[in-house]
Amino acid sequence: MEHTINVNLKIWRQRGPKEPGSFQTYRVENVSTGSSFLEMLDMLNQQLIDKNEEPVVFDNDCREGICGMCSLYINGHPHGPVQGITTCQLHMRKFNNEDTITIEPWRSAAFPVIRDLMVNRNAFDQIQQAGGYVSFNCGGAPDANNLPISKEIADIAMDSATCIGCGACVAACKNGSAMLFVGAKVSQFALLPQGQVERARRARAMVKKMDELGFGNCTNTGACAAECPKNVPLSNIARLNREFIKAKCAD
Amino acid sequence: MADIKNLEGMIDSTPIMKDYADIESSKLPEYQIDSKIPEGPLAQKWTNYKAHQKLVNPANKRNLDVIVVGTGLAGASAASSLGELGFNVLNFCIQDSPRRAHSIAAQGGINAAKDYQNDGDSVYRLFYDTIKGGDFRSREANVYRLAEVSNNIIDQCVAQGVPFAREYGGLLANRSFGGAQVSRTFYAKGQTGQQLLLGAYASLNRQIKKGTVKSFNRREMLDVVIIDGRARGIIVRNLITGEIERYAAHAVVLATGGYGRAFFLSTNAMGCNGSAAVQAFKKGAYLANLAFTQIHPTCIPVHGEDQSKLTLMSESLRNDGRIWVPKKKEDAEAIRAGKKKPTDIPDEDRDFYLERRYPAFGNLCPRDIASRAAKERCDAGYGVGTGNAVYLDFKYAIERLGEDVVRDRYGNLFDMYQMISDDNPYQTPMMIFPASHYTMGGIWVDYELQTSIKGLFAIGECNFSDHGANRLGASALMQGLADGYFVLPYCMQNYLSDQIKVPHFTTDTKEFDEAEKGVRDRIAKLMSIKGTKSPDQIHKRLGHLMWNLVGMGRTLQGLVKALDELEDVRKEFYTDLRIVGKADDLNTELEKALRLEDFLVIAKMMAIDALNRNESCGAHFREEYQLADGEAARNDKDYMYVSCWKYTGDNEKPILLKEPLNYTEIKVQTRNYKS
Repeated sequence: MEHTINVNLKIWRQRGPKEPGSFQTYRVENVSTGSSFLEMLDMLNQQLIDKNEEPVVFDNDCREGICGMCSLYINGHPHGPVQGITTCQLHMRKFNNEDTITIEPWRSAAFPVIRDLMVNRNAFDQIQQAGGYVSFNCGGAPDANNLPISKEIADIAMDSATCIGCGACVAACKNGSAMLFVGAKVSQFALLPQGQVERARRARAMVKKMDELGFGNCTNTGACAAECPKNVPLSNIARLNREFIKAKCAD
Repeated sequence: MADIKNLEGMIDSTPIMKDYADIESSKLPEYQIDSKIPEGPLAQKWTNYKAHQKLVNPANKRNLDVIVVGTGLAGASAASSLGELGFNVLNFCIQDSPRRAHSIAAQGGINAAKDYQNDGDSVYRLFYDTIKGGDFRSREANVYRLAEVSNNIIDQCVAQGVPFAREYGGLLANRSFGGAQVSRTFYAKGQTGQQLLLGAYASLNRQIKKGTVKSFNRREMLDVVIIDGRARGIIVRNLITGEIERYAAHAVVLATGGYGRAFFLSTNAMGCNGSAAVQAFKKGAYLANLAFTQIHPTCIPVHGEDQSKLTLMSESLRNDGRIWVPKKKEDAEAIRAGKKKPTDIPDEDRDFYLERRYPAFGNLCPRDIASRAAKERCDAGYGVGTGNAVYLDFKYAIERLGEDVVRDRYGNLFDMYQMISDDNPYQTPMMIFPASHYTMGGIWVDYELQTSIKGLFAIGECNFSDHGANRLGASALMQGLADGYFVLPYCMQNYLSDQIKVPHFTTDTKEFDEAEKGVRDRIAKLMSIKGTKSPDQIHKRLGHLMWNLVGMGRTLQGLVKALDELEDVRKEFYTDLRIVGKADDLNTELEKALRLEDFLVIAKMMAIDALNRNESCGAHFREEYQLADGEAARNDKDYMYVSCWKYTGDNEKPILLKEPLNYTEIKVQTRNYKS
């Protein structure tokens, strides 16, 4: 059922944010096609360690597509050539024997490279800190069923809330824009009754922070939604624009 | 005891354990366990506690610093709630953002005793199911409190904007999980943990913006600093620069998750580790019930040697999926040889072994029971796939409900399965097998969630208190958030109230000097080994031995062998470890080596704890102790206690302390999921 393949890798190596990087080539043999892409990189790193060389640094954690830690630009696509999944969910059966695979870090001014394939995504946390919440202290919440929410609205809000904050949208965008990421959070709360009180304030604050941190503008190319591992729809950006304009008009 | 199988084959490990247990019966005051359970009837304890605990007034709160290590459901909810109250919180995580803690991966749901379905649920029933599910090895007062606050959690999360699944009428939807006969599980698709964690992360972000919480990412705690018998700070390694940093506070909270990766392969994230627990252990905190490790029945089977982790298929699938293996051995053999497909086996030749053995709960029996039953069938030669797999079949659900309904309920899980296995579960049954998933054991805490070290608290999966010998599905999220939102913020004030005159701590003390030196020496020692094996290679060896000997079925001989082999692995670690790169730099190999060193300590403690417990209960199954029908033979007379282990030195035997378990409001009985 399973068989093995050999692959050639072109991997971006870079010591630090200010140091120049370059592509290095490696070869990994006898990779089971049932292995995940990151398991293939584990094999490469074991080879490097066996030669007393430093392993390739890449972020990863849950390895089941939900923590948003893994990244990697694989053959020109964030999270690789298969749509709707993260890198850790990509399997080697999607590649052919003797393929050459190019692996780069997210490339965006707002995500500086830390080392090799690992980048700094703190900017995303800062945007969320600017207003990605309902201001509500623990304790004293009314009974959960006091607030009926239609299934349709709850489902659309869930589609927005499903964003894992990996940054693929920014990496895919030629402008390095974070509009899909911000739009997803703004949408979740704009759709739900809990988010109404701070609706305008939230949209203003999150967009302001996004601009401040050096993310680019949106030109409606749609690469973000096409490459999003969670299929967060482009309509979130349209909603963000509406929310932002409404908030500005109210000023 | 008459119906115990192989009476003559029964072996008692008491003689071997004698060395460990020689102080257990000591009446010395320092070996007494005080769980600080409040007085009064069970249902009044928490109310009484809250009415009489000491509080800290708002003006004093801002003068008190609290360190919270971890940003999962427990850590993030605790840090944000303590921040909301006005304490100065320092919050640490090893990931690049608090949102990535492994709670994010919990799929199925969260329990609460809302009784929205009018199906007979109540606080008492949730409490009872949790105690029974834990096979009568959890602390009654803690579990009752957990059930009591469960409803507040749902209210809190909805107020935060968590998009739970809803009915067309707009009210919250529920589903069932194992070990319950009511529908009390709230969910957000198969991503409940994600949504709850993002809710807690949002609250945390609000406090970070307000300045009450300072967030420190990519930092790993490497020691807890004790001053005059109280936890007063931590030493961390900055994972980007490799620098060793010091942080001081009036109290320290550990919310660092479980130790399931002692088995190497597990459903845990790659970075999950038990290191904070080991550091606390070495400073005097007890580790409790470490043998209670949950093996989850529905995971995707292992594919090969280079596998790095296992993927869980949510327990919610057991609502509609039916678990089976072929009735005839020749069918199983033909399937394994690729000569037959599962769809070739007619219904009458399928053995729905859970429905057969446990008619009352069927496919929804608790995890430990479902896991063991799968292992039993596979060991008997009826396994499919590589021989270590059983089927989870949706054919019947699709016939009953239609493919669209099944897709609506489980679509994302089916997609995930197809991506990993390359099989289409709408057309052919899924293959599943048990895998390490959760650890019920952990750091011992009293009713206030305080460890045996003053000022050191442990919450969420890293403590031991609520799940006994087996955790029910959808209860981990409940416990993490209960601890963080509704229990710790109250209990901590009882401790902090007499700390208000203590000024902010400086890290410029001899205790911090010593702790930092200890950490530096430890790192230098590991870096200097310069052997040939990577941490992963040694970790795989450890995991293999733990899975085989300290896994689902344990025996006296196996556990003794495990302790021997662990000694070998330890030797290999200290003589042949290779860490490439430098210590004062980003070094993922060093991170793995430090965690592995601590897993070696935990693994040994797991084996010792399993050896001590001459009974089968919950997830701890000692093959010598089973009834004639293969069910667990629990021994309440001798083992109805929490086994707490006290560290006495790296090469010394730990001391066993016992916290007796007293059940006042429920009748302790044999767990029965048959009728």
